[in-house]
Amino acid sequence: MISLVIAERCTGCQVCVRVCPTNVFDAVRGGPPVIARQQDCQTCFLCELYCQPDALYVDPDCETPAAVSAEEIERSGQRGRYRRDSGWDEWAGDPRYANEHWRMDQIFARARALS
Amino acid sequence: MPNIRVSTTPPTAELPTVELPPIAADVLVIGGGLSGTWAALAAAQAGARVVLADKGYCGASGVAATSGPGHWWVPPDADARAEAIRQRTAIAGGIADPAWMERILDITWTTLPTIADVYDFSTDETGRVQYRGLRGPEYLRAMRRKIHKLGVRILDQSPALELLAESGGTIVGARGLRRQRGEAWTVRAGAVILATGGCAFKSRLLGSHTNTGDGHLMAAEAGVDFSGMEFSTYHTVAPAHSTMTRSMSFAFATYYDGEGREIAVPPGDATRTLARAMLEGPVLCSLHRMPADIRERLRRVQPNMMLPFDRGGSDPFTHRFPVLLRPEGTIRGSGGIRLADDDCGTAADGLFVVGDAATREPVAGAVSGGGAILAAWALSSGVIAGRAAAARAACHGRRTDTPARPLGQAGLRPARHAASVDPRAVTAAVQAEMLPYDKTIFRRGPALARSLSRLDGVWSDLRDHLDGEGAATAGETVQARESAALTAVARWCTRAALVRPESRGMHLRVDAPASHPALARRLTVGGLDRLWSRFDGDAPQPLDSPVPTQAGAA
Repeated sequence: MISLVIAERCTGCQVCVRVCPTNVFDAVRGGPPVIARQQDCQTCFLCELYCQPDALYVDPDCETPAAVSAEEIERSGQRGRYRRDSGWDEWAGDPRYANEHWRMDQIFARARALS
Repeated sequence: MPNIRVSTTPPTAELPTVELPPIAADVLVIGGGLSGTWAALAAAQAGARVVLADKGYCGASGVAATSGPGHWWVPPDADARAEAIRQRTAIAGGIADPAWMERILDITWTTLPTIADVYDFSTDETGRVQYRGLRGPEYLRAMRRKIHKLGVRILDQSPALELLAESGGTIVGARGLRRQRGEAWTVRAGAVILATGGCAFKSRLLGSHTNTGDGHLMAAEAGVDFSGMEFSTYHTVAPAHSTMTRSMSFAFATYYDGEGREIAVPPGDATRTLARAMLEGPVLCSLHRMPADIRERLRRVQPNMMLPFDRGGSDPFTHRFPVLLRPEGTIRGSGGIRLADDDCGTAADGLFVVGDAATREPVAGAVSGGGAILAAWALSSGVIAGRAAAARAACHGRRTDTPARPLGQAGLRPARHAASVDPRAVTAAVQAEMLPYDKTIFRRGPALARSLSRLDGVWSDLRDHLDGEGAATAGETVQARESAALTAVARWCTRAALVRPESRGMHLRVDAPASHPALARRLTVGGLDRLWSRFDGDAPQPLDSPVPTQAGAA
């Protein structure tokens, strides 16, 4: 469930307000958006992909809101990791984060061979 | 904590709703997921002026945007195609249509590479371009770019509430809200395409929260019926408390019961085996059998798969973790809005249906199409309906000036007097019948009858009293309408499950475990206040007729 808008990282671009499929954010003129409807969050993590300054944190627990601080998230190394692993924006073209989704068939075949 | 900004009173809540002037289009697409964007693309390429309205954001909405669609992909070799179709037909429970399969294989093969200008297809070690499997977020982002370039007008955060019809019943548009602006939109169009997805009853299946059956309810109000709604019991495993229904890694899973004993999972029956164990107690999982080289590249294949572990501080390769099954409802089920023709038209003139909102029985039958067939279907049905809708609009015009009435009933306009009905309580009551494994995976006639009776009670209460139009905020209006749609879809699924007195494909009747050759036919259900059902070739059965318990009585 969406847990954090990290105010000091947020540029106020409001892209998360636009892209959220379940409309959990409300725009705030000249400032970071607010999480207005946290319980509507579908824990899809897509807002993080679209947030270039990595100012959002979605906790993987989709049932219970998590109490986490920006400091904890910073220490965990998870801030912005999904966007980086996905090779979006400045990470595009970096071979460490290349899109290897096409290997899915091979991986299923390996699993069948093992069982 | 100063960084957590949570407000319970959205600033837009108090704005009065402003009616926007009607927008004229040739084709209106409702829903901006995989099938909706393909439909919009095909219609625009055919020269139509297209408006696409999405409840959330076209690009992030829908179950494809969070997954990795790997399309059913068979080269145009007659023997290879025939063999692929033969294999699928053999498991489809006798109700699929090989001609439809052939059609979607062909359309998918020829059409998917045409988005190479917006999607960066990968190349394998041999230099060959890999078209089949795309990553969801990138795929939908690309589709948005593609339709935007072609001039499709996209209305984001714009849930459709109801269809508009001429007096003769022809569908000529829809009406909805721009929920972040306090505005109501109306689109008048020569054809309307429903691309609203399946319905998983808000089960927390990844990406499915907006898939509340809105299009199903709108279609029913236009007089359209449904097929295969009993095939709505597919489930996908996920780490407990998470939405992460990415199944690939679980191909390497080992499961354990609460005592630590390994659960033997027979091939092809994982869902029923795991569900039985989960009804008894906790089920744990380990991914230690995944080879090291696959673990190393897992985040490059599926970047979201490891999020529950990375952020939950656990290692699925060395530590056992609790799992559950997320119900997919009609999403990876195969039932949906019945197709009336080969153009993805419905029984309502001017109304088309694509993707998971439509029945997928022609291509999947009584089993799930899985990601591959469903992605190929979303693409192909979109292409077929997009072209047909554009051709229809070119022939019939945009119909902007004919008188039209809004069709929305339950959840919007109470049949009797407005009274306090809590949409969240409605949704919870629906979930109580549609989410428990012992009611859906292991169906029994008497339990289904009790579920249907409870759902009928929920329906009559909300139909009589729930006043979505009179709600204080756009969000509450949408929520009221969604709760009505969830209830309607639950009733069609339950009615269909009740009147198919046998087991077939994913539909398991514990009280009738065999399949009966005489019932290798599709089952249509319909109706809003009074439900009815009909096996292909039979006369309709109203709700109050005796429900057969033996195949011979059907």
